[in-house]
Amino acid sequence: MTFVKTKIELSRLKHGDTLEVLLTEGEPLENVPRSSIEQGFTVLSINEAEVKGTHLVVIQK
Amino acid sequence: MANPEIKLDPNTKKLSLIGFSGDFDKLVAIFTLATGAAAVGYEVNVFFTFWGLDAIKIKQGRSAVGKGFLPKVFGVFMGGLKSAPVSRLNFGGISPKIFRYLMRKNNVATLEELVEAAKELGVNFYACEMAMHILGIQKSDLIPEVKDILGVASFLKLSEDGQTLFI
Repeated sequence: MTFVKTKIELSRLKHGDTLEVLLTEGEPLENVPRSSIEQGFTVLSINEAEVKGTHLVVIQK
Repeated sequence: MANPEIKLDPNTKKLSLIGFSGDFDKLVAIFTLATGAAAVGYEVNVFFTFWGLDAIKIKQGRSAVGKGFLPKVFGVFMGGLKSAPVSRLNFGGISPKIFRYLMRKNNVATLEELVEAAKELGVNFYACEMAMHILGIQKSDLIPEVKDILGVASFLKLSEDGQTLFI
């Protein structure tokens, strides 16, 4: 469901806009960047977030 | 309403789901599979039949929908998404409320959110002609996202060359 929400949010953006997604480690962090790339989006960065065990992923449409 | 920005590649994979059940947990499974597949570019078809028709009625709640006395009675008993029972351990209807609470608490999409996501991702909804006929349901009783009313032969044609699951 994480990528479902990400995909819906990305579809609402204009081309070139970016989306920040906060993900927990494990399946969400593996799935969302991979699926984003497969769907033709660009993953600009993946960095550890303030809350332990979470990462901030920036995706460009 | 389907988001026009979400487009399918012509070489896309296909997943067809037969939504027979009107149980809460099985509807969650249907819509989780549908939205997950649609999000990664599948063409997704959901064929709602019998109890599954309850999930796509416009009147979500207990209402006397249907043509004739007995169909209307079933319409009241079926109750729509908000009243969908869990397939096991329903405990008089408390379990769906517990599940909804647990889903919100764990930041998991609720059934209603999954249905809205399916609409936005362009999942194709179809309704079973035979079940609608038995229950006296008209197309006007169903949500506008239902693309068409189909029989078995049409659904089989539609689901060709893809995976089909029965829930």
